[in-house]
Amino acid sequence: MTVALPISTDPAVVPEEHQPRRGLWRRLPTRAKAGAIMLGAFILAAIIGPLLTPYDPSFQNPAPGLSLHPPDAAHLLGTTQSGQDVFSQLLLGIRLTLELALSVGVVATVLSVVVGVAAAYLGGVWDEVLSLATNVFLVIPALPLLIILLGYLPQKGQTATVLVLAGLGWPWGARLIRAQTMAIRGRDFVAASRETGERTWRILAFEIVPNEVSLIAASFVNTVLYAIGASVALAFIGLADLTSWSLGTMLYWAQSQQALQIGAWWWFVPPGLAVALMGTSLVLLNSGIDELGNPRLRDAGGASAAAWHKLRPTDPTPVLGAAPARRRWRGGRQAGGELP
Amino acid sequence: MPFIVRRLIFYLVAAWVALTINFFIPRAMPGNAVESIMAKFPNLQPSAYKALQAMLGVGHPGSLWDQYGAYLGNVLHFNFGVDVTNYPANVSTLLAQTIPWTITLVGTATVIAFLAGTVLGIVAGWRHGGWLDRVLPGLMFFQAVPYFFLALILLELLAVRGHVLPLGQGYAGGLVPGWHWDFIVSAVYHSLLPAFTIVIASVAGWMLQMRNVMITTIGEDYMLAAQAKGLPGRRVMFSYAARNALLPQLQGFGLAVGFVVSGAIVMEIVFSYPGIGLLLLNAVTSNDFPLMQAIFLVITFAVLLANLIVDMIIVAIDPRARAREGAR
Repeated sequence: MTVALPISTDPAVVPEEHQPRRGLWRRLPTRAKAGAIMLGAFILAAIIGPLLTPYDPSFQNPAPGLSLHPPDAAHLLGTTQSGQDVFSQLLLGIRLTLELALSVGVVATVLSVVVGVAAAYLGGVWDEVLSLATNVFLVIPALPLLIILLGYLPQKGQTATVLVLAGLGWPWGARLIRAQTMAIRGRDFVAASRETGERTWRILAFEIVPNEVSLIAASFVNTVLYAIGASVALAFIGLADLTSWSLGTMLYWAQSQQALQIGAWWWFVPPGLAVALMGTSLVLLNSGIDELGNPRLRDAGGASAAAWHKLRPTDPTPVLGAAPARRRWRGGRQAGGELP
Repeated sequence: MPFIVRRLIFYLVAAWVALTINFFIPRAMPGNAVESIMAKFPNLQPSAYKALQAMLGVGHPGSLWDQYGAYLGNVLHFNFGVDVTNYPANVSTLLAQTIPWTITLVGTATVIAFLAGTVLGIVAGWRHGGWLDRVLPGLMFFQAVPYFFLALILLELLAVRGHVLPLGQGYAGGLVPGWHWDFIVSAVYHSLLPAFTIVIASVAGWMLQMRNVMITTIGEDYMLAAQAKGLPGRRVMFSYAARNALLPQLQGFGLAVGFVVSGAIVMEIVFSYPGIGLLLLNAVTSNDFPLMQAIFLVITFAVLLANLIVDMIIVAIDPRARAREGAR
């Protein structure tokens, strides 16, 4: 399963895009571009990787010289204790981990949009209950709960893991989306469509949600990041289908067979590095999305705040025109930034 | 209602939700956990069988309400049942042995990382576009690295190859834990690398968050006013910008502390550190459900407590939190 990223604007991945998309790509901060390209490379590896695997990753080569063989031309990343090819495992592992993380991202983001929008739009008791649930699940640490849930499951397959991870991954996005929906709900265009007799679900689907796309994208990226971290950690302690090859199960086998103590760095460094780089690409992407939404965070080209006398001529918010708008924005932030 | 009382009620609700989830999971999940435990540990006594059934709700030991009441009573008395792996040891005894290790290590390292990250974030935000900003992508890498992988790398470099620090464990073999000099020195020496791992892995996150809040704060009007008054730059930076930016940072600390604790606990496994992480690994590998559940509750309560402490700090430094009585 390959899920198209809503924010994947990497031209290498989506070459036949329309003109406006091109503009979006150009407006993206450098950091976000770097993140998108890195993520694109991983997605590409996940798609074509299984075609390139030189060996069956589970094949245990009985040749005595091939146990814990350091990297060479035949085995690009060496072999494991039982003679399995690490490179083949890595290619399949990237695919499985990415697949799982993106699926969790989709399911959890849908959940958080539903909960967030419902809480803000329905209001009253609904809002009280849904907000309380969101805040409670935000403060209860997810990993120990995930461990019990997966521990009790007799089969720890892909679908079960996705559902459990998504079931605990929605509160963060739901909270942001609720705050945003509260802000949009009172706008004139929503009132107008309500006056014209639009049905509630149409207002929600066509007036409110489209205005939250960047927030939804950010919460998707964050959820995928959480899913990668959590699924790898869970697999590392053995709570996964250990017969499949994911980056987490690779690390599990490397750890349980003492790869570190033996000195077989080629066994645990590649999967761990892949996890870290995948995560880095998502963090970069997210900081880019942040910058799009909050231009102050952009790389101020030399406009250092420490040298504030230099800053004033290039102040991005001219005092006259923007002052009232800024004041209103700050009010909104205070309301949203309060504690739950 | 004062802010702190509202928060206290919220944490009590959260604790109750965690307890209730913990009660219902074994009763809702497919499969017979008691049978699988008994099959795995044939040396368990029939009394342990009864206790497990009561704990996990198998075999209809009374109505659901009775079970729930008995369960809440047990938890309030820190009675988490008998541990099946180390039968007949109590789960609470095992927890009491391991919790001090984890709390000391993770607590100290997290506070250090938070303080260091906040200071770095203040500087990075103040000198927006400076050299600290240029190493941001590198820091984002550290933010994305799983704690346990960083632990593996540091172990490889500093212990396996460098022989500078020990390979793992909480203290040197042969020492008896206690309050004597040899043991304390050994324990601190063995905790250096785990603590360093937590600091390295989490400092980037605190720093990035503080940097972003600083940059947003610097754009506020009162900053301009402070600068226009001709106050020295250092004073504006710390008393005006950093002090205001600290509040969102502290609120973020409350939400992120669960992630840090989770990451640190998995990391303990790599170091064979005698904390809760290793206990958790043993519980998972041996399907020791009562122990897993007790660990979940302990970690959750620790995180809730940390949140409460952060809220008290917020009340202490933010007059608005004290003034906003009754307002939501």
